[in-house]
Amino acid sequence: MRRHGPPLSRRALLAGGTGLVAVALVPAVRASDETMDAAIRAFTQGGALRDGRVVLDVPPLVDNGNSVNLSVTVESPMTAADHVRSIAVFNQKNPQPQVAVFHLGPRAGRAEVTTRVRLADSQRLVAIAPMSDGSLWRASTDVLVTLAACLE
Amino acid sequence: MTRPLVHVPATARKGAVITIKTLIAHPMETGYRPDENGRLIPRDIIGELVCRYNGKEVFRAELAPAIAANPYVAFTTVATETGTLEFRWTDLTGKHWTHTAPITVVA
Repeated sequence: MRRHGPPLSRRALLAGGTGLVAVALVPAVRASDETMDAAIRAFTQGGALRDGRVVLDVPPLVDNGNSVNLSVTVESPMTAADHVRSIAVFNQKNPQPQVAVFHLGPRAGRAEVTTRVRLADSQRLVAIAPMSDGSLWRASTDVLVTLAACLE
Repeated sequence: MTRPLVHVPATARKGAVITIKTLIAHPMETGYRPDENGRLIPRDIIGELVCRYNGKEVFRAELAPAIAANPYVAFTTVATETGTLEFRWTDLTGKHWTHTAPITVVA
């Protein structure tokens, strides 16, 4: 009896199987580098970002992604002439790239905010601070999450 | 159920930078989580926190679902005058909760 078509090898079958498993594991909604970059562009309106002046403080290794301490400080005299206008935080792999935007001004005294965030996966976080002179400063950090927040 | 908890120093020297810590009991339901029947639990998020110092806005935060349940936000402000700090949390439907804290500023 003749076979029709190429024989289905063990290797092909295994490769196909792994592919199917990989597809099944990819969650339906998830921000990516592109969506984070798009959210950052929407916030900065295309302004040039410079690294520095901003310190994004997150533990490098997180046991529980449901509540992660996050604080951002920006080096600034916080005077009427020279202050931080706002601090925005973005993430790479939660379903939405935005985390928060904090609006400050000279009355803040210091450019310093603290909150708690959810992290759906090990990922990169970015903080951006627009200054009163129009310049934009950035800090980014990578976080390793062992237990992800139940976002999906 | 939604109860705010705010820490503001009772007294401060004029011009001092004070730290304000705020927390409000709220599930911050993301809208991405399924219930036991597989249906998505509707989003329920506090989207905004505003702090006014004697009526003038000194701090505002826009919060996304990535903020953990019972949103905690700490920030600083300059103690300018004796008066009250008013905090206002608003959810996506426009429902809001307020809290006021007195502050005495000494020279």
